[in-house]
Amino acid sequence: MDYYFTKEHEWLRLDGQSGLVGITAYAVEQLGDITFVELPRPGREAKQSEVLCAVESVKAASDIYAPVSGRVLAVNEQVESGPEIVNQSPEEEGWLVRIELADPGELRSLMNREQYRDYLEGLS
Amino acid sequence: MELIFEKSAPGRHGTVLPKSDVSPAAELPAALLRAEPAGLPELSELEVVRHFSNLSRRNFAVDTNFYPLGSCTMKYNAKAAEEAVRLFAGVHPLLPYLPAGESFVQGSLGVIHQLSQLLAEITGMAAFSCQPLAGAQGEMAGIMMIAAWHRSQGQQRRFVVVPDSSHGTNPATAALVGYEVLTVPTSSAGDMDLDVFRQTMNNEVAAVMMTCPNTLGLFNSQVAEICAIAHGHGALVYCDGANLNAILGKVRPGEIGFDVMHVNLHKTFGTPHGGGGPGSGPVGVSEKLLPFLPSPRIAQRSDGSYYLAEPAAESIGRLANFYGNFGILVRALAYITMLGRDGLVEVSEQAVLNANYVMSRLKGWYDLPFDTGCMHECVFSAARQLKQGVHALDIAKYLIDRGFHPPTVYFPLIVKEAIMIEPTETESKETLDAFIAVMIEAAQLAETNPEALFQAPRTMPVSRLDETKAAREINVCCSWVIAGEERGLRI
Amino acid sequence: MKRSGYCPQTPAQIREMLAVIGVSSIAELFAVIPPELRARSFELPEGMSEFEMLAGMERLAGQDRRDLVPFIGGGSYDHLIPAVVDHLAGRAEFATSYTPYQPECSQGTLQALYEYQTVICRLTGMDATNASLYDGGSALAEAALMALRITGRKKILVDAAVNPFSRQIVQTYLANLAVEVVEIAALKGQGDRQQFLATLDDETAAIILQNPNFFGGVDDFSDLAAAACVRGALTIVSIYPLSLGLLKTPGEMGADLAVGDGQSLGNPLSFGGPSFGFLAVKKEHIRNLPGRIVGETVDKDGRRGFVLTLQAREQHIRRQKATSNICSNQSLSALRGLIFLATLGREGLVELARLNYDKAQYAEGLLAGIRGVSLLNAGPTFNEFTLRLPTAAASVCAQLLTRGIVAGVPLGRWYPGLEACLTVTVTEKRSRAQIETLAAAMEEVLWS
Repeated sequence: MDYYFTKEHEWLRLDGQSGLVGITAYAVEQLGDITFVELPRPGREAKQSEVLCAVESVKAASDIYAPVSGRVLAVNEQVESGPEIVNQSPEEEGWLVRIELADPGELRSLMNREQYRDYLEGLS
Repeated sequence: MELIFEKSAPGRHGTVLPKSDVSPAAELPAALLRAEPAGLPELSELEVVRHFSNLSRRNFAVDTNFYPLGSCTMKYNAKAAEEAVRLFAGVHPLLPYLPAGESFVQGSLGVIHQLSQLLAEITGMAAFSCQPLAGAQGEMAGIMMIAAWHRSQGQQRRFVVVPDSSHGTNPATAALVGYEVLTVPTSSAGDMDLDVFRQTMNNEVAAVMMTCPNTLGLFNSQVAEICAIAHGHGALVYCDGANLNAILGKVRPGEIGFDVMHVNLHKTFGTPHGGGGPGSGPVGVSEKLLPFLPSPRIAQRSDGSYYLAEPAAESIGRLANFYGNFGILVRALAYITMLGRDGLVEVSEQAVLNANYVMSRLKGWYDLPFDTGCMHECVFSAARQLKQGVHALDIAKYLIDRGFHPPTVYFPLIVKEAIMIEPTETESKETLDAFIAVMIEAAQLAETNPEALFQAPRTMPVSRLDETKAAREINVCCSWVIAGEERGLRI
Repeated sequence: MKRSGYCPQTPAQIREMLAVIGVSSIAELFAVIPPELRARSFELPEGMSEFEMLAGMERLAGQDRRDLVPFIGGGSYDHLIPAVVDHLAGRAEFATSYTPYQPECSQGTLQALYEYQTVICRLTGMDATNASLYDGGSALAEAALMALRITGRKKILVDAAVNPFSRQIVQTYLANLAVEVVEIAALKGQGDRQQFLATLDDETAAIILQNPNFFGGVDDFSDLAAAACVRGALTIVSIYPLSLGLLKTPGEMGADLAVGDGQSLGNPLSFGGPSFGFLAVKKEHIRNLPGRIVGETVDKDGRRGFVLTLQAREQHIRRQKATSNICSNQSLSALRGLIFLATLGREGLVELARLNYDKAQYAEGLLAGIRGVSLLNAGPTFNEFTLRLPTAAASVCAQLLTRGIVAGVPLGRWYPGLEACLTVTVTEKRSRAQIETLAAAMEEVLWS
């Protein structure tokens, strides 16, 4: 399945008209042990690049930006009760939000896995 | 160590109350009463004394250990100031609100007024309010006064500018007063980047918040220019006085362009930190902001007597139940009275001497991101040690084993693996040398045996604590059973 | 000049240190400060010894009158403090430490604050609290801010029977935030329930109530809390913690947030400070709490220990997105509260509250029996009550002051129309004889 990435280290996995959103393995490594995820209310309309939710670790809090605009269809309730799942499986089980794409054209502004890998190399 | 609740035995008590000298009154209606008594622990007086005496021994404190916690000015707290507080015990704060009631509290009102005057002379501000209960509340009062001043000029502005090296309270305060925060980066010299600052400034900026000297322990020689640029855009400039200890008698913020400042009595003026408080954060203003000061204000008549002035219509209002943390004000007045003019100058000189000495002795061992002379504190980076996998935190924990409270670590946020050392003026060279020796030892261990640092501390009642578990499985009070239901469970 | 005793470096050490630094004088260390920024004045008195200072302080303190018999409360109460409180809280290991950022060498403060949090929860019947706030008034303001954040609404209803100073502090904190604060009138010493219910709507973030209220009235706010809940508004109850020896808890009333001032728990009057504020909440609101929170955890070897937790809410991490700008707490005052409550114990607090109630009831009976004097409170009271006098309360109060009695707080300053009303406080420290003297003196002032 296709993953798209943002410069703020969110990923989007497209799956028809909607997609799952989470944070990348790199982001998780930077944050350390995730202790809490503040999820949005389902039904909320999100705008691309605006704050979608937040994750907290012991010594940091980080805003998660919406990779695309759209309506929040569902949230991963598992991460609410057990945020460690984001550490264990950031790009699979530890997804955060399912979002319905408002404008597929926005995908063009995101990176593919290869581009994201190059981007990470540029950071180090 | 057991919790006090685990030492409880039903039927014990630690004190006997006086017998009632009136007959019992009729019971209150049941609907107004609690179902059962609160689950307080039941201990004898000796058990209470043992419990808290033993707890206290699980603390490092200034009186027992060198405590170079950067940005917190953990200087020695004069014991005579504690004696002074006892002299003022037992005065009810509402007395001045009664008819002619001020005449009964001239001493207490005098403490507040005299301290305000002294702080004004020390800082060059026009007047002070001693009401703010902590530095952050002083900041809030300051930014509220700035907001009120802009309103009085018919303006509603949007932004507050802070450098990225600022204390977290600065942006948090701006947000609390309804402003958006613009952050200016730090230049390679360690000062706020002047070019970016110029570009950031616009006529929507209400205030610029600066710490002087800044949180890197550096005095910004362009501070007057920054004030002038801000004023040129109609903005006011706030001085976070957390680091005033460095410049007592050397620089008066009110003279160089600052419009508002707060001081931390628990830092600069030697009042005890109390395990986190009570502190005190008096706020001072320039002439044009006088009407906006918090109310009530304590004023003096021409005959020398003190009174509560009617609040000005422009006042931002009341911040605290009464006049501030009065007991702390008494201690600060005692401190300033004992030190006097020359003593306060000596404070800043010796504080700066001690910090520069520590910096000079350690800079061969740790990276110094801003290698210029410092003021009262110096900020190192453990970046070099990180190459061996050793973090600032590991060095901090090793210091604990060697009997030193660690410096502030990971602040300022802009310095990677920051180690911020503030020795204060009250520490002897012998103590500094002992601390320096252990810091060097830690740097050597980082090269030769980092494991020794990772295992620290080993001499304390507990080893490193699992902070992740604390945040994931929240347990902030010891559970109890009420009406058959367990309360205070993990959240 | 003789140097203060607080700077230990000898002249030889100073020379040595300057040499290590590589400068020739202390002045050189300040060379970075441009001459035009140097202090132009520093006109402070000469320093003095601690003995001279204390003599001066004693003269100043002598200008306070300490022989008055106080029947005055209004947010600050003259209660007994067992000697162990001063003794233990005065231990330098508590007093001269700071915020427990390094938990391994701060377990004393951390465990004490965890125990403090527990007694506050048990006292108020709430689920969670922080390690204390500045004072009761600012705790109320923080509670109001919390309610605005939680509900996303912009309107707050405040009972006019809430302490006027607390209401002023709430106004100060909210002044810049485009929030509507609606005051609900107090009739006969109680908030007007009809007006509360009529004003409460779907825009309301919170209702603010106080028990006992500023007039001394005791209430059960369960009905208002239920009504607020239906509208999606939070209920904030400000309480006088000592009264919780007897009175229904905010938790039992269904309050979402409970606040109060801890002065009555082992903190001296001290002209109004320091004391501490507390803010206790239902568990779903813990992440919205401002300030430090201590949590239990384990160390690497599995031993119980305590740390500051949920710090990602706080200003030093979240900066402008923090739940508050608060940094320090009132740790030592909160510790006093804990020691006070632990010394009294479960039964002791009940007995203390009962003493207050019984003595106040006795006084209420005597004073309200004076010709022309009646009780404003329509319902029950705890250790304060409000009298309606046949003449201006301020002048009666002034005349009693000349006899060395502080008869109470005249209400006219805060409640137009209640110029004849006087709120009288009777704590366990007032003797029957003092109460009878007050009654006799008041009768004399009124009728002779």
